[in-house]
Amino acid sequence: MSTAALNPPTETGAPRQSRSRGPRGRGLWWRYVVAVAACVFAVFPILYVLSASLNPSGTMTGSNSLFTTISGSNYVKLFANPERPYGRWYLNTTLLAVGVSLLTVLFSALAAYAFSRLRFRGRRGGLLSLMLIQMFPQMLAVTAIFLLLSNLGDVVPVLGIGSLLALAAVYLGGALGANTYLMYGFFNSVPRALDEAAQIDGAGHARTFFTIILPLVIPTLAVVGLLSFINTFNEYVVASVVVGNDPATQTLALGLYQYVSEQTNSNWPVFAAGTVLACLPPLVVFFWLQKYLVSGLTSGSVK
Amino acid sequence: MTKEDFTPPAQREERVHRAQVRFSGGAWSWVIKIVLLGGFDALMVLGLLAAVAKASWVIVAVIAVGTIAVNLIYLPPNRELPGKYLAPGVAFMLIFSVSVMLYTVYVGFTNYGDGHNGSKDDAVLAIQQNNQARVPDSATYKAAVATKNGGGDELWLIVVDPKTGQARAGNNETPLQDASGVTTSSLGAITGADGYTVLDFAAVSTRSSEVSKLAVPLSDKGADGFLHTTTGSQAYVYRSTMAYDEKADTFTDTTGTVYRDSGQGSFVSADGKTIQPGWKVNVGFSNFTAAITNSQVRGPFLKVLVWTFVFAIGSVVSCFALGLILALIFNDSRLRGRRWFRLVMILPYAFPATMMTMVWSGLFNQDFGFINQVLLGGLQVPWLNDGSWAKVAILVVNLWLGFPYQFLVATGALQSLPDDVNEAAEVDGASGWSAFWYIKFPLLMVSLAPLLISTFAFNFNNFNLIYMLTRGGPRFTDTSLDIGSTDILISMVYKVAFGDQGRQYGLGSAFAILIFIIVGVISWIGFRQTRALEDIN
Repeated sequence: MSTAALNPPTETGAPRQSRSRGPRGRGLWWRYVVAVAACVFAVFPILYVLSASLNPSGTMTGSNSLFTTISGSNYVKLFANPERPYGRWYLNTTLLAVGVSLLTVLFSALAAYAFSRLRFRGRRGGLLSLMLIQMFPQMLAVTAIFLLLSNLGDVVPVLGIGSLLALAAVYLGGALGANTYLMYGFFNSVPRALDEAAQIDGAGHARTFFTIILPLVIPTLAVVGLLSFINTFNEYVVASVVVGNDPATQTLALGLYQYVSEQTNSNWPVFAAGTVLACLPPLVVFFWLQKYLVSGLTSGSVK
Repeated sequence: MTKEDFTPPAQREERVHRAQVRFSGGAWSWVIKIVLLGGFDALMVLGLLAAVAKASWVIVAVIAVGTIAVNLIYLPPNRELPGKYLAPGVAFMLIFSVSVMLYTVYVGFTNYGDGHNGSKDDAVLAIQQNNQARVPDSATYKAAVATKNGGGDELWLIVVDPKTGQARAGNNETPLQDASGVTTSSLGAITGADGYTVLDFAAVSTRSSEVSKLAVPLSDKGADGFLHTTTGSQAYVYRSTMAYDEKADTFTDTTGTVYRDSGQGSFVSADGKTIQPGWKVNVGFSNFTAAITNSQVRGPFLKVLVWTFVFAIGSVVSCFALGLILALIFNDSRLRGRRWFRLVMILPYAFPATMMTMVWSGLFNQDFGFINQVLLGGLQVPWLNDGSWAKVAILVVNLWLGFPYQFLVATGALQSLPDDVNEAAEVDGASGWSAFWYIKFPLLMVSLAPLLISTFAFNFNNFNLIYMLTRGGPRFTDTSLDIGSTDILISMVYKVAFGDQGRQYGLGSAFAILIFIIVGVISWIGFRQTRALEDIN
């Protein structure tokens, strides 16, 4: 995993006023103090849950002694419970997140391209509607989503309540909105001259989009994909309504919540093990794509 | 550019034309397009047939219109360009976002919820079905419990009319209709009928609770009575103790009390007694005004509203302040190991917030949690069980979840500031604090303000944090609604609409619309101020 990208691109152009304060290194100690404090704050819940997952005591009380004893028993228990098929949840959630984030990136990039490059009637209205629609959280409409899928499931069973495909479709309903708007800003920062040059060379609109524009907007694609991937791991309410009570179709967020919503103390170490593993896919994706984060998040809005 | 720039216009045009033919109208792209469209159309036709078979005409219409639209958009080459790029995302958005939003708005103006689920006719029938007594001189119907072939697991009742000898069948929703091909055993018990499978004695006794709930209407008027069976082999006529007068649209019970249609979706007597169930009606703005007029709702609603703003603003300010301070501190090239500090600090952003919030709920646990037991040496701070402490806990957790993002974007904005900003400040004699506050900060805000508005909107609806940490608790004691001191509007809506205390979709949807309006107006004003809307031109 690369960490270099977290360094500022303008390393040498660091603030000038600090230079006047004296020779290299003096007056820096307090910065280190703040840095260490911030890092402790950032990292301690993560270390805690890792320690709790490795602690064989079997209770939350026992988990408080960090890293004293280490065993894999909680991980064994996690996968051994047929009523809570953790492996299945893991597969469900990961596949769902991969599929939804890829399609979300595709759909919103297509839409952002249209808004950024093509001029058509209703363009401005369309952008404003997108902004408006994304302010209405989908979870507020879960009643309607439930009724819609119940009716749809009568006709097309794979899109009914209890289906992960239906859940993916609902998530894709929110694919545009904020994402398109974020991408739109980034697309605008790519000079139009490039498309025109490609078109003069005879490339059609599809070829221009896929081979010229997309490679130039990778940072924003990465950010939208990353956010969508993590959101799918996080989402609780819509999933709880759509996939129903069958343990085999649940997602990690739903399943792990069962562990802590009842008998928190005794379920805690197994929950911790489940959480540690559940955090891995988002972490991997995050560190894979993090070098695009700063530019992808801000370029759209920086003018 | 190459020397081709100097080719004569005519030659050049010809070359462009050739290239266009080769790249955009090529045979292969056509084949791919036709195959994809064909596959899509085939799937849609399958769906259409299934929908026709189920007589779901709305779905039929949507599929038909959608399929025609997709073919019109994608089939003609080099036309309807915007449509080609917008169609996939917009299609999903229309079906799974916009239509459910519109339906939610509609529900906000009804009393839909527990006890107000269906139409008035359903309610009248249900009231008659729920309040029944056996007719004293009822004839005995020979009966059998059966399932309909191809009709799933649902129970049906087959009877032989003692007067006419005609075999008939029906279930709770379907009034008796004629049946044919009834066979009987030597003892006179019904053993079969065309299209039905009669349950044997063992099956009837294992499903006895379902059998006893069978109440088959004799006709489509509930007043005619219902057939009940207890044994599965004999049925009797029951009639409702609530007499429905169709002309006057009133119910009269055995004591002579008259219940009238209240106009609010239920039958109510003169002294205010209501019969359950009611039905779904439009109630105008009464769900919206309930927030002000209903004393059960008003107090908690106002408290929740205030806390929602405190929480959302507090989250933005605390996360932004910490993120910006850290970004400023770290924007100093003399600091060693910056990349590792940065990496550790943005870790919380990489972890799924929902699951880490559950971890925090354990850390804050009053009796066993790490914070009380270890960090505070055994103190019993009621982090999640006292209204004020719970609010503190929520802000702490949100700071943990939120500052890495602010740190990232503030770092990005700081680094994109031109170098001469500092020089200009030095020339003007500004240094340190004032250079930052009067010169850099306003410049930073130009790029960060729109992101802060989005952060505000996000936190305003940060359901997962509240629900996973405190479930909105501890509960208010002055209301019967399941609302607590850390509930924000959206978690309150969820509990009102789907809570354990009965589902009130109408009220919940009305609050959802209010949230939408509040967030929309605030964001709109915010974006106007920061001129982000100028982009849209």
